[in-house]
Amino acid sequence: MSSVIFDAPGPRGRRRIMAVNVVGVLVVLGVLAWVVWGLARQGQLTATKWEPFATASAWENYLLPGLVATLKAAAIAIVTANVFGLLFGLGRLSEHAALRWVSGAVVEFFRAVPVLIMMLFFYNVFAFSGAVGDPAFYGVVVALTLYNGSVIAELVRSGVHNLPRGQREAGLAIGLTPAASLRLVELPQALIAMMPSMISQLVVILKDTGLGYLINYAELLRQARLLGSSNANLLPALIVAAVLFIAINYTLTTVAERVARRLDNRVAGGATIQEPSIEMETPMPRSRT
Amino acid sequence: MGELLGSYDILGAFLVNVRLTLWSALFAFVLGTVLAVMRVSPAPSLRWAGAAYVNTVRNIPLTLIILAASLGLWGQLGVELAGRDSGDFIATNSFRLAVLGLSVYTAAFVCEALRSGVNTVPAGQAEAARAIGLGFGATMRLIILPQAFRGAIAPLGNTLIALAKNTTVAQAAGVVQAASVMNTMMEFRPDLAVAIFLIIALGWVAIVLPTGLVTTHLSRRLGVAR
Amino acid sequence: MRRTRTAIALSLAAALTLAACGGGGDDEPAEGGGAEETSAAGGDGGGEGVTIGIKFDQPGLGLQEGAEYTGFDVDVARYVADKLGYSEDQIEFVESISSQRETLLENGSVDMIFATYSITDARKERVAFAGPYFVAGQDLLVAADDEEITGPEALSGKVLCSVEGSTSAERIRDEYAEDVELYPAQTYSECVELLSAGTVDAVTTDDIILAGFAAQDQYEGQFKVVGNTFSEENYGVGLPKENDVCEDVNAAITEMIEDGTWEELLAEHTPEGFTPDASLNPPEVDGCA
Repeated sequence: MSSVIFDAPGPRGRRRIMAVNVVGVLVVLGVLAWVVWGLARQGQLTATKWEPFATASAWENYLLPGLVATLKAAAIAIVTANVFGLLFGLGRLSEHAALRWVSGAVVEFFRAVPVLIMMLFFYNVFAFSGAVGDPAFYGVVVALTLYNGSVIAELVRSGVHNLPRGQREAGLAIGLTPAASLRLVELPQALIAMMPSMISQLVVILKDTGLGYLINYAELLRQARLLGSSNANLLPALIVAAVLFIAINYTLTTVAERVARRLDNRVAGGATIQEPSIEMETPMPRSRT
Repeated sequence: MGELLGSYDILGAFLVNVRLTLWSALFAFVLGTVLAVMRVSPAPSLRWAGAAYVNTVRNIPLTLIILAASLGLWGQLGVELAGRDSGDFIATNSFRLAVLGLSVYTAAFVCEALRSGVNTVPAGQAEAARAIGLGFGATMRLIILPQAFRGAIAPLGNTLIALAKNTTVAQAAGVVQAASVMNTMMEFRPDLAVAIFLIIALGWVAIVLPTGLVTTHLSRRLGVAR
Repeated sequence: MRRTRTAIALSLAAALTLAACGGGGDDEPAEGGGAEETSAAGGDGGGEGVTIGIKFDQPGLGLQEGAEYTGFDVDVARYVADKLGYSEDQIEFVESISSQRETLLENGSVDMIFATYSITDARKERVAFAGPYFVAGQDLLVAADDEEITGPEALSGKVLCSVEGSTSAERIRDEYAEDVELYPAQTYSECVELLSAGTVDAVTTDDIILAGFAAQDQYEGQFKVVGNTFSEENYGVGLPKENDVCEDVNAAITEMIEDGTWEELLAEHTPEGFTPDASLNPPEVDGCA
C-alpha cells in the first residue's frame, strides 16, 4: 500500500528526502545528546553506577532470578489463560443460552477491569488471608490469567465466527453434530488462525508481569530495583531491565510475524484474525520504492 | 462500609483516571498520526525512525515508561511540567508526567491502528491521487488519512479503552487515582476487600462498556463500505 | 484430526518453552523473594534451623548485597539467633515486606522478624513482640549542605518524598507544615535517588532508615539526617502469638546492649555523627506479657 502513495522520487524529490534525512538524524542525535548530557551532569554515567552490571553477582543474585521469576509467572499465566480462554470461548459459542450468557458476562467483566486493579485486589486478599505462600506471585498469575484468558476467549469466538460458513455446513452435511463440527472442523482452524495473535498475547503477558513491580513481586523490574538499592544506582538498573525486556519481547514479536506469514494459507479463506485489543499486530508494509 | 466509602473520594479518584485518559488520548492521537505518516513516507530515515519508535515502545512494560517519565525525565533531567509555586506543584507535575508517559506509550498503538486503517484504503485511491498530480503530503491529507481514520475507528476504540485502563499504572508516577485509592482502602480494611474491589471494578465496567459500544456504533456508521 | 493435534501442539509449544525456562529456576534457592519455598522449611520453629524475616531493600538495616545480607537488623538477628543456639548456617533469611509481616508470622512462614517492626497495640492483637532493641523516631533526610531545613516546621513550600501509603508524610502536612508538597514514591530508594538529584528537598521516615541511606558508600557525604525526631517507634522482634522464646530473645537483647555489641553494630551501620535519641536509646526491653 505505502509504495503506491508516492511517486518514485525524481532529482528534486531525492534532494528533499536527503534534507529530511539529515534533519531527522540531527533531531534524534540532539535528543540523545541532551539526555546523555543531563544524565552525565547528575552523575548517572559514572563508572561506579555501571560497574555493578559487569559483576557476576548482579546477574546471579538479582537480574537472572528476576528474569526467571518474570518468565515463570508469564509461562504459567499463558497456560492457565489459554485454558480459561478455551473454556469460556467455547462457552460463548455454546448452544445453551444460559452458558453463553454467563460466559459472556465473565469475559466482558474481566476485559473491562484494569489488570493492575485485579493484581492489587488478589494480592491484598492473598496476603491478608495467608492462603498461599507467595501472595505477590499468585496475585500476578491470577490477574494475568483472568484478563488474558478473557482476551483469548474473544479470540476463540471471533476465530470461529470468521471461518467461512461452508466449513460448518460441510461438517453438518456429512452428519456431524454441531458440537462435533465445532470440535473437529471449526476449532482446529480457528486455533491456527489465532496463533499469531496468541503469540503477541504472550508479549502482552510478559510485559504485564512488569506490573508486579507495584505489588512487590520479585520479577525483573523489582529485582532491578533491589540491585539499585544495593548499589545506589536505581536508574541504570531500570535501564538495564528495559533493555532485557525489549530484547525478549522483540524476539517474540518477530516470531509472531513469522508464524503469521507461515500459517496464512492453512485456514479456509486464508483469513488471519486479529485480536480485539490494543496490541493489535498489523502485517509489515511491503514498502518497496 | 458506608463510613469507609465516605472517607475516600472514589468519584474524585475516577475523575483523575478520566482526565488522564482524555489528555493522553489527545496527545497520543496527534503523535500517533505523525508516526503513521512517517512510517509510510518517502524518506527512509523517517520510515526507519517511526518503525524503531513503535517497535521499542511496544516492547517495554508501561510501568517502565511511566517510571522513566517520573524518575528519569523529572527526577534526573529536571524537566518540570508545572509552575513551582502553583500551590499543587507535585500533583500537577506528576499528573502531566503521567500524561506524557501514557501518550508516548499509546502513540505507538495509535500509529499501528492508523496503519491498519491505511491498509483498508484501496490502492486505486492513491493511484488516482497521483494521477491527478498530488504529491505525498496532499495525497495523505486529502485522500488517504480521512479514509484511514474512518477505517481505523474500531482499533482506535480498542486503543482508547486500553488507554483508559492503563491510566491506573500512573500510580508508578505517584498520581493518586482509582487504583491507589483502592489499595489504600484495602490495606485499611482487608476484611472488606471483595466489596471494595467490586465497587471499583463496576466503576471500570461503567467506563469501558459504553466506550466500547460507542466506538462499535461509530465504526459501523462511519466505516467506508467497500 | 491431524490438524487438531498440530494446532494444539503449536499453541502449547510456545507456552511450554517458556515454562521450561521458568521451571529451571525452581531447583535453586530463590534469592529474590522466595517466600514460597521457605515456607516449607520454616514453621517447624527451632528443630533444625530458624527462619528470620528481614527487609531486603533497606541499606544499613536489612539489605541484600549479592548473596549476602547486611545491616543493623540483620546483625541483631544473627546475635539473637546465636544466643538461642543456632549457628550461622542454620539461619535462613527471607524477605518480609511491611504489609505482610503479621501474616508471615501467623501462617508460620517465619519464626521471627527483625524488620524495622514497630511495636503497636494493633499489631499486638495478631502477633507477639520481644524487645524493643531500638527506638527510632521520624526524621528528615536532606542534602548535606542544606542549612534551611532543620525540622518539620521548615518544610513549608518544600517538596517532601515518602513512600505511598505511609502515614509519616501526612503527619507532617497535618501537624507541621500545611503547604508542603508531598511526592508519594513506591520505595525509599526512589526517594533517595530523587533527593540525590536535587528534585525533592527532603525525605521522611524513621531516623535509622534515613541514616542507613546516608551511610551507603555511593552516597557518602551527600546527605545528613536532620536529627530532630518527632515521633517514637519501638522496634521489636516480631514473634508468633504462641511462642516459647520471647524471654530468651529479651535476655539476648539485654546482653547485647550490656556487652557493647549493640553500640558497635549501630556505629557500623550508620554514618559518622549519627546519634539516635539518647534519652530513649539503648532501650530497656519490655516484659513478655
